[in-house]
Order: sequence, then structure tokens, then C-alpha cells
Amino acid sequence: MNLQATDLKNSGELTSVVNERKRGKFKKALTVGLFTAPALIVYMVYVIYPILSTLHYSFYRWDGKSREVFIGFENYIQLFHDPIFWTSLANNVWVVITSVFVQIPLGLIMALMLFAPIKGIRFFSSVYFLPFLMSTVAIGLLWVYMFDPISGIINRITAVFGFENVAWLSDENTAMAAILLVIVWQFAPFYMILFKAAMVGISEDLYEAAQIDGASYWQKFFHITLPLLYPTIVSSAILAIVGSLKSFDIFYIMTGGGPNHATELMGTYMFKQAFINFDMGYACAVAFVMFLLALTVTVIIQVLDYSRKKKGDLS
Amino acid sequence: MTKMLRKSPLYLFAVLLLVFTGYPFVYMISTSLKDQATFFEKPFSILTSIEFENYAAVFQMGLTRYFLNSLLVSVLSVLLVMLLAAFASYPLGRMTFRLNRPLFLLFISGMMLPIHATLIPVFKLSQNIGLYDSLWALLGPYIAFSLPISIFILTQFMQEIPKSLEEAAKIDGCSHFGIFWRIMMPMLTPALMTVFIYNFIHLWNEFIFALVLIASPENRTLPLGLQDFYGEFSVNVPGLMSALTLASLPMIAAYLFSQENVVKGLTGGALKG
Repeated sequence: MNLQATDLKNSGELTSVVNERKRGKFKKALTVGLFTAPALIVYMVYVIYPILSTLHYSFYRWDGKSREVFIGFENYIQLFHDPIFWTSLANNVWVVITSVFVQIPLGLIMALMLFAPIKGIRFFSSVYFLPFLMSTVAIGLLWVYMFDPISGIINRITAVFGFENVAWLSDENTAMAAILLVIVWQFAPFYMILFKAAMVGISEDLYEAAQIDGASYWQKFFHITLPLLYPTIVSSAILAIVGSLKSFDIFYIMTGGGPNHATELMGTYMFKQAFINFDMGYACAVAFVMFLLALTVTVIIQVLDYSRKKKGDLS
Repeated sequence: MTKMLRKSPLYLFAVLLLVFTGYPFVYMISTSLKDQATFFEKPFSILTSIEFENYAAVFQMGLTRYFLNSLLVSVLSVLLVMLLAAFASYPLGRMTFRLNRPLFLLFISGMMLPIHATLIPVFKLSQNIGLYDSLWALLGPYIAFSLPISIFILTQFMQEIPKSLEEAAKIDGCSHFGIFWRIMMPMLTPALMTVFIYNFIHLWNEFIFALVLIASPENRTLPLGLQDFYGEFSVNVPGLMSALTLASLPMIAAYLFSQENVVKGLTGGALKG
């Protein structure tokens, strides 16, 4: 009798505890839901759903107005055999290479200059950063005139060295290099700031100790600065690679992908297919390939970064 | 003197970089102050003539309208982004639940996303809901594409706020919303500042969504307006240069006014990663 009573009481307590925990869990889920819902809804409608929709339409022939026709993988097969697509992919790779191997080193050099023992460094650093403040459209238009074959400054400079006038942006051989120079001009200041911030964080003691040991400037640079900047170099490279795959504005403004597709990017090609040729299905296939490439690159970088960090923990 | 001589290669290099980064601005501004005849005669002379006629012409061509459009859509989007991202970062940064990590990754994966992958469906969506060719059409995509970096910055910041404050408030019977609004939001101010500057500058300069979603001249944002000036002014270089100068002025002014904040805002979450 007595035993049963305590049992009953215990089980009653247990259910109330369970109930309370359930209620607590529900309350927590509700809180999480309410706080994240507004952002999540906007993100779903304007980012996640459109990507899935792009994938969907990439299997159709569609002009954007009339009814779409299912054609399976035909757009992707066409893409695979499309020389212009391969040109644009190669051009995207050029942007990546320039970003990683020209922009980042130049940014590093500029950051080093900011620590050089010269007067007026505040003025220098202010001006060095200016290009990054200008809008890409404005930069593109400004440089179109800098590259002008007749009245442009670039030809004036090359003339000093005895070169003939070049129509930089309308010559297939020079258009790409010209735009890449502009990209370097625009983004090197950004990496300069990243490196500057990292260098400020390096302890002065290290340099002093090296000074006592009689290390030269370059020894200090290669044995202290550079190794400690490694994480910044890695994250800069990630930003540069991912950013380069997305580039569009400056190319669209300066050449529109021409002459004769010499500066075509996946982005400009997709835009033309969609909004000039109204071949929306094909444009969706190009866009989805862009997405897949960005995703693949990000995953590879994350995996590499993860294993690098793990190795760092062990040693 | 010998010290100066020894350092002269350093100065030379610093000046070379100065010319490389700064000359285009000098060219832009000094050309904008020339009349056409002077420009054709002496395209590279610096500040030989100072005339503001081009600026007047640019204003007459509707630059003010483009300015106001850009200002309206950027400010509105950024304020909404700050609110939505702060809300979302609260559970992501302060609470443990099973979907926390996946949800966070879902949001921040948007940072690597090429806008092109969403362009056609967003274009169709805007047409279907009747927003196409209005400034309102830009609001949704602008907010959505600013959320990833904003949530990233704010969540990281939230994680660093000490737990004790929140617990004290909980004991006093404060609700989650109360904790968020009265304790978290004030502490988030520096991070919200970064979010504001970063997104404002990016949206102020945004081009591709505007290009696809806006058609009428009166709804153009500044980058679209500049592109249009290029068509109209292709022979009037000084005119175009004054438009470019005016378009770049707000950012440069903000930079000179508060260099530290602008640099911090522009480099955004990158400095932490």
C-alpha cells in the first residue's frame, strides 16, 4: 500500500519533470524560431529558392516569356561544346591568378611601405587606400578614358618608352591585360589594409630580439613578418579566389566582354544569354555552373584550411 | 642629408605607388574642371582651368534623382539588414540548439555565392509580384545578399559578450526579447557600425541587380545613372568626369572624415577570419 503510493507519487513527479522539460524545449524552439524567422524567410525567398529555381530552369529551353520546354541535359551538353564558355572560364581563371599572384603581393608591399621609416606616411597611406573607395562602375568608366587610344594617359606613358599607340580595350590581345591592371589598382589597397592590420599585431619584441642578434631587414622580413602573416595570406587568397569567380561589373562596363569575347567572363556571358538573347534556360545552366564552381572552391578551401588548423593543433 | 640620400630609393618607391594609386583621381578631378576645348588641347594639364559648368550640366541631367534613389534604397536596406541580422544572431551566438551550426553555415555560405546564380529567378519573381522596375524590387535581394556577412560579424561579436550579464537579467525575470533589446543591442553598437558601413558602401555601389531589375530612367540608382551618362557624354569627357567625381565624393568625404571607421567597416569580417 505504502509502496504503491510512493511509486505513484514518483511517477507523477517524473511526468511533470518530463512535461516541464518538453515545455522548456518547446519554448526554446519557439524563441529560436521567432528570432531567426525574419532573416530566414528573406534569405529563403531571395537566395535559396532562386538557386534551386536556376537549377530547375537549366533543364528547359525557355525565353523567359512563353512556356518552357523540358530538354534534359541538353543545355549542359551545349555548354560543354561551347568554345565561348571555355574562353570565359579561362578568363575567370586569369582573374583568379592575377588576384592571388599580383594583387596580394602588391598589397603586401604597400603594407610594408606603411611601416617604412619615411616622412608623411599618413598622407601616403590615405592616398594608397583611395581606389578601393570608388564604385566599380565609376572606376570602369574612368579607366576607359585612361586607356583611350588617342587622348589616354596610358599611351602617353608607353610613348615615352618608344611604343606605338595601342587601342588597349578594343584590341583582342591587350583588352584582358588592361582590365586586369584596373582590377589590381582597385583591390590592392584592400589587401594592404588586411596586411597592415596583421602587422600591427606582431609583437615589437620579436624585431628587437632579432635586431640584437644582428638580423638584416630582409632576414627579419622572411623569418618573422612573413611566417606570422601566413594566416592573413591564406584568408586573403580565399577572398581573392571567391571574389574573382564572381567578377562582372568592371568587365561589363569597360568592354562588355568584347572584343570578340576576348574579355568574356562566365558572368558577362550568362548576362548576355539571359537578357540580350533571352535564352534563359541556357543562361541558367551557365549560372548554375558558376554556382557549382564557387561551391567546389569553397569546400576545397575549407577542407584544406581545416586540415591545416588540425596540424597546427598537434604540433 | 646622407640619411635622406640613403632613404631616397624608399621615397622614390613610395612616390611611384602614390602616382599609381592617386593619379587617376587627379586626372578625373582636373578634367572635370576643364571645358571641352581645353581638354582637347591639353588633356593632361593639371588644374589649368577651373570651371564648374560641367557640374551644373550633370545636375541638370538628373544626377540628384539618382543620388536620392541610391540613398533611399541603400539606407532602407541597411537598416532592415541590421535589424534582421541582429535578431538572427542572438540565438546563433548565445544559445545552444541542435540546428545552430547548420543554420549558421546556411546563412554564411551566402558570402561565396555568385549573384548570377539567383539573377533570373529574382528577375521573374519581381515581375510576378509587380515590383519590377521600382526601387522596392531592389530591397529584397539587397537585404538577402547583405545578411550573410552581417550575421557572420554579429554572431561572432555576440559570442564574445560575457554570459554573466545575461544571467543576471534572467534572474530578474527578463524575457529573451528583453535581454536582446535591452542588453545585447546596446553592446552590439560597434559591430552594428561595421555592418552599417560595410553594407552601405556595397549597396551604394551595387550594379547588377539594379541593371536587371530597373528599367525606367527615374528609378535608376547612381551606378546605373553613371553608365547612362557614359552613353550620353561619350564625346564630352569633362562632363563624364564631373559626374564620376560627384559620385565618388560622398565615400571619399566619409573616408576623410572618419578614416578609421570606414576602413574598419570596409574590411568587415575579413579582418577576423
